[in-house]
Amino acid sequence: MSQVDIAKDASMQKQKEMIGSHFQKLAEAPAAGRKVVYTFVPGNLTELIANFDMLPVLPEINALQSGMRGKSAEYISLAEKAGHSEDVCTYVKTDIGMLKAGNIGPTGLPLPKPDVLLLSYTGCFTFMKWFELLREEYDCPVIMLHVPYQGDGAITPQMRRYVVDQLREKVIPQLEHISGKRFDEDRLRDALRLSCAAEDDLVWVLESAKRKPSPIDAYFGGVYYIGPVFTSFRGTPDAIDYYRMLRGEVQERLDRGEGPLTPDGQMHEERYRIVVEGPPNWTHFREFWRMFYEEGAVVVASTYSKVGGLYDRGFRHDPARAIDSLAEYCMGCYTNLNFPQRIALLESYIEEYQADGFLINSVKSCNSFSAGQLLILRELERRTGKAGGFLESDLVDPRYFSPANIKNRLESYFQMLQAKRGPT
Amino acid sequence: MRPGTAAAAVTAASAAVAGVSAAASGAAKAGPPAAAAVAQDARARLDALIAGLQSLYEDLDFQAVRRWKAEDPARKAIGFLPIYVPREVIHACGALPVGILGGGDRLEIVRGDSYFQSYICHLPRSVIELALSGRLDALDGFLFPSICDVIRNLSGMFKLLLPDRFIHYLDLPQDFDPRLGGRFYRHELELIRDEVSRLTGRCPADEDLRASIRAYNLNRAAIERLFARRAARPWEVPTTEYALLLRAGYVLPVEEHTGLVGEYLALAEAAQRHPLDNIRVLVRGAFCEQPPLGLLRTLERAGCYVVDDDLVLGARFIPEPLDEACDPIESLIRGYMEQSLPTASKYDARGTKGADLVQRVRAGNVHGVILVAPSFCDPALLDQPMLQKALEQEGIPFTTLKYSEDTGQFQVIREQAGTFADSVKLWGAV
Ligand code: SF4
Ligand code: SF4
Repeated sequence: MSQVDIAKDASMQKQKEMIGSHFQKLAEAPAAGRKVVYTFVPGNLTELIANFDMLPVLPEINALQSGMRGKSAEYISLAEKAGHSEDVCTYVKTDIGMLKAGNIGPTGLPLPKPDVLLLSYTGCFTFMKWFELLREEYDCPVIMLHVPYQGDGAITPQMRRYVVDQLREKVIPQLEHISGKRFDEDRLRDALRLSCAAEDDLVWVLESAKRKPSPIDAYFGGVYYIGPVFTSFRGTPDAIDYYRMLRGEVQERLDRGEGPLTPDGQMHEERYRIVVEGPPNWTHFREFWRMFYEEGAVVVASTYSKVGGLYDRGFRHDPARAIDSLAEYCMGCYTNLNFPQRIALLESYIEEYQADGFLINSVKSCNSFSAGQLLILRELERRTGKAGGFLESDLVDPRYFSPANIKNRLESYFQMLQAKRGPT
Repeated sequence: MRPGTAAAAVTAASAAVAGVSAAASGAAKAGPPAAAAVAQDARARLDALIAGLQSLYEDLDFQAVRRWKAEDPARKAIGFLPIYVPREVIHACGALPVGILGGGDRLEIVRGDSYFQSYICHLPRSVIELALSGRLDALDGFLFPSICDVIRNLSGMFKLLLPDRFIHYLDLPQDFDPRLGGRFYRHELELIRDEVSRLTGRCPADEDLRASIRAYNLNRAAIERLFARRAARPWEVPTTEYALLLRAGYVLPVEEHTGLVGEYLALAEAAQRHPLDNIRVLVRGAFCEQPPLGLLRTLERAGCYVVDDDLVLGARFIPEPLDEACDPIESLIRGYMEQSLPTASKYDARGTKGADLVQRVRAGNVHGVILVAPSFCDPALLDQPMLQKALEQEGIPFTTLKYSEDTGQFQVIREQAGTFADSVKLWGAV
């Protein structure tokens, strides 16, 4: 095993252990008397949930894990048989199907029922319907945190106040009530301090892709890198350790002038630098990734790695303004940005990361991401003069991932990039 | 528009409807000839009125709005997408609120399809088509209420495609506590008031807002009379006509529309249409993209009287009158937060959506429910399993069907609705 493999294994192994331990705690939660909160990834309130010693479950992560483990087709089919339309978001159906199949989590351990559904309604309308559906299944309370959308391209004082007031006057008192524990603002500040340190390292890792060759893939590799900060580990010493480890590994690759690691080992030649908009497909994740690295294409920046916050644009959880900064976090996630903001962000990535072009992976499930992406394509091509490509797939419904078709499209796209470049 | 300018606006709104109004007022002046002759005369006038409504419905260039604006070059019109915006605020600023419900089956999509993937519902592509073909040029601004991510993203697309227009995403609160959602909504309302009045140059005082609330309360009352009449005597008010009337309210000044609904009701009563042996159905799920009129006609021809629905929902989203005495912004806030109907796009804070539906079925003496949804409509389709469960638990017959605003073939729907009606008649269930 090379040094690089060992380095990669260290951070990945660390993350695997963190996830394993979290699901172990979840499986033991009912016996241990720990309360469980189901909630969503974008704008999640991990530090606040931990303040009440409650454990979070993120149904989106379970759905994507089901996709990666080849379970989602069965779960979707179960949900469709139970009356869910084939047209709607497949994350929801995967989750409902998983529930109907016994609610066994990604590590093979049973998931506990929620004591409360924390409907932090950031950047996706479907979240609201999803938890209305789960409320019927679990018959448990729901806390609605309405996070206003940046419709006019900014967070206004009124939006901030609305979210802060909901947190103070509704979310915190209800979590206190359900958990039986008092809110401890000092403890929250301590957690946010830890969050902030991990966030700094995540940004460093993501921005390492500005170097040539990029030592990371910011999309396929990026989904692993964002894991701890976007999910249940923000505000923990484990997250700090993970990112310190990861940063060290990436620094070593930089020092050696190496490209990203892929499932098939070291990527040798960086031929195309690509910016990607939209989530990946999970059912064929490795196959999809291979279509890139076999062509020497590296994703240097992606918007999907910003669904849990635009840390690279300066946001940090701020212990000095604890609740305000939670509110700003909720409102600042990528899917809560309006269209002009999304396009401006992509445009800046293409420039800052010196990309050769950009690709949009448009997933059938997700109206939040996908509705209007064809305008993003046109507008970006117009503004940057770079070639854009458009792929269509789905997150976890294998029926909508056509490998041959996607490979064809990608090959043509890379050929086009090559042609634009001229003879080498 | 202020009450003082209402009359001018009424006459200017649409030649078609002006003709309709004349026909209807003729009916009122008629003497007491034989009953059959009166009915025949009323039917003729009703036909004329409906023809006027139909031409408003078919007018994808918003000519009625253009004519209204042409009366006075300073006039402004503000478009809004489904479901609901507080039209009272726009009205009080002197502008005309104009509902945009897509292009239906009357618009050829030339450019719209290149903006949306095949798995997005139809409405946004026809709205983009309307915008890019210049048909929305008469509108000086647009409000996009927060009903789903498609409408949400469409608001940003409009910002890019029509950069010189006022475009605002109206974030309707999903928290219904007056101190939380209420306070936030107040700001949204004030923002709309300020932005629209910047366009019209007329910032409404509280009294102006109250006058607008009164005008819309009259309209609410008229629509509720229409709704109640259809529920009681559905053969008198076919749902196609009901839908056309509601849609007319999306392009005409409110005062004119209120009068029109009254005229229709008088004529529909006098026309003495005869009942058929149809079952009474409630239709749910058509709150945004509208089913084509042909689909509604098909349901009735297949043996289903629609006696309750959520078509053109914004027109009757708040059925009861708003408070005309209190602070008008407060009145609008309470209207939305406390008086509005449940719908898939509004958070069901009390968890009573199933019970609400069952209660409507019982109260309306409904025989069966048709859960409809536009294809790829997440809110409507995600709501369905919850509604189905409630209906199943109560043993209420239901069927489901999907449509698109441009659906042109109704044979399958006719068979499905016909089978449904027959089974309900025979067995009381399906
Ligand atoms: S619609 Fe998109 S953001 Fe919402 S739950 Fe589905 S995949 Fe996630
Ligand atoms: S039809 Fe449904 S998904 Fe489409 S815009 Fe309307 S509410 Fe949104």
